[in-house]
Amino acid sequence: MAQNDRWLLPEGIEEVLPAQAERLESLRRKLLDMYHGWGYQLVMPPQIEYLESLLTGTGNDLELQTFKLTDQLTGRMMGLRADMTPQVARIDAHHLRREGPSRLCYMGSVLKTLPEGPGGSRSPLQVGVELYGHSGVESDVEVLQLMLQTLQLAGIEDTHLDLGHVGIYRGLMSMVSLSDEQEGQLFDALQRKAKPEVEALLNASSIDNDVKQMLLRLADLNGGEEVLDEAEQVFAGAGDETKAALTAIRQVAELLKHRLPGISVHYDLAELRGYHYHTGVVFAAYLPGHGQAIAQGGRYDDIGMVFGRARAATGFSTDLKTLSMLGTPEVNTTGAIFAPHDTDPALLARIQGLRESGERVVQELPGQKGGPGESGCDRVLVKRADSWEVEGL
Amino acid sequence: MSKDVLTLALSKGRIFKDTLPLLAHAGIEPLEDPEKSRKLIIETSHPDVRLIIVRASDVPTYVEHGGADLGVAGKDVLMEHGGAGLYEPVDLEIAKCKLMTAGPTQAPELRGRLRVATKFVNATRRYFAEQGKQVDIIKLYGSMELAPLVGMADQIVDVVDTGNTLKANGLEPLELIAHISSRLIVNKASMKMKHDKVKSFITLMEEAVRKNS
Repeated sequence: MAQNDRWLLPEGIEEVLPAQAERLESLRRKLLDMYHGWGYQLVMPPQIEYLESLLTGTGNDLELQTFKLTDQLTGRMMGLRADMTPQVARIDAHHLRREGPSRLCYMGSVLKTLPEGPGGSRSPLQVGVELYGHSGVESDVEVLQLMLQTLQLAGIEDTHLDLGHVGIYRGLMSMVSLSDEQEGQLFDALQRKAKPEVEALLNASSIDNDVKQMLLRLADLNGGEEVLDEAEQVFAGAGDETKAALTAIRQVAELLKHRLPGISVHYDLAELRGYHYHTGVVFAAYLPGHGQAIAQGGRYDDIGMVFGRARAATGFSTDLKTLSMLGTPEVNTTGAIFAPHDTDPALLARIQGLRESGERVVQELPGQKGGPGESGCDRVLVKRADSWEVEGL
Repeated sequence: MSKDVLTLALSKGRIFKDTLPLLAHAGIEPLEDPEKSRKLIIETSHPDVRLIIVRASDVPTYVEHGGADLGVAGKDVLMEHGGAGLYEPVDLEIAKCKLMTAGPTQAPELRGRLRVATKFVNATRRYFAEQGKQVDIIKLYGSMELAPLVGMADQIVDVVDTGNTLKANGLEPLELIAHISSRLIVNKASMKMKHDKVKSFITLMEEAVRKNS
């Protein structure tokens, strides 16, 4: 690295400068307060831990995403968390061991080996909530509502909610027997909605014709509410799992409409993001001009199994940095007060009083360059008669 | 990206020429000829559709980043780009060719690893790995045929149409990697947020393809 490159940060690693840091922190507080108001308890899992516990449950994608290093004390492999979800699941399964539902929220830096999406960050500030111990759609809707409210608090409007259910595809796959390779190819083609490829793959397999038609139509099942009616016809001959999944989506949609009238929902029954660990409803929020979802979540029951306790689970997560970049910035109208360098005890008392009342007071340093303006102040403390008064610049 | 306008990314040359009849079926005609105009954004006869002219290998990038809602890209370019961030719902069945390996007609016996010159680095690595072969890949941006002639590579991987360029340079096609044709690709968020517009465009393209064949 050349001498003049020393300031250069690694790809996808960023530092947060004052203006954004202030927005970010204010949003962080608002969100945690909001989750608190809904009864979600904050947990703070560690940044680093043994790889085995970090990589449980959420599939292979996470393995590649995790920075690894060797623990000098034990010689075991450790990983820097790339996703906090499995950590929070462990906390619920191993430490809390509650019978009833537990509601947890978390916020912290995660590191990813690969940036997600174009120009993506490798050090997002992940924030999310998890609800354990209830398998009904009501908990999915609660989490969904929290996701939407999170975006709203961040000042992001015009979001678009995308709803799906992995049980539809899973149900169809249980009706056919495909090799792992065939299944992988079909899954990949379906994710790209590459209908010609899906068709070619299906024709090359020995799948029953009825199921073939269903899988083919699946790629097209996206759009408004009419999609659900269409799906009902398409999957009339499907198994119970597929039908139950369809019913669950409908229930979620009904509940959402009831709680948030006027919300527009887009359904995509072939959306299989996180298929390998999701078990039920999946959802994501999109924004115009963004190819990637800005917040996502869904149901992933039994994630706690490896920690000794299978529990129903549903949750969402998003990146606070992305939200604070996309949201309309909140203008901080309260400036600061500039106090001169002076040893007068009355001045010191006045400054303390102002600070305690919530004002921001910057005291001049002797011989400093620049005046009140450079210190971000819009008012000054001035000595009048025998008291210190706040006056405009 | 505006909410009402659909932006379609196209590359100049064969793909543009072959896409025109398909667009005409949807009642869309460009108001300028990109071969003559220097403009990169071209309005069409349809007030809600505009075209942007980019390099063929940049089309997936524009669509994935949301610089365009839709695009037309060769399967070769998509294989190289990696398709995970995009939808590719329609095979337009235009600009057809083959992605192949090719080598000198009288190849000397190979010593050590096969050296392959190509601009399709990822697709080439994947293909040879599937064959169980480790190869050394030399990234070039064009005129791959030259590499074996000057002893820089043993084989090349390139798209082959008539095979005339290969023949003229003393090369012959060897193995078929994939049949190539152009695909309509769609930005994921646009598919959801401009659903009605995008979906009706997709349907029109499907119709046009059926009419063509």
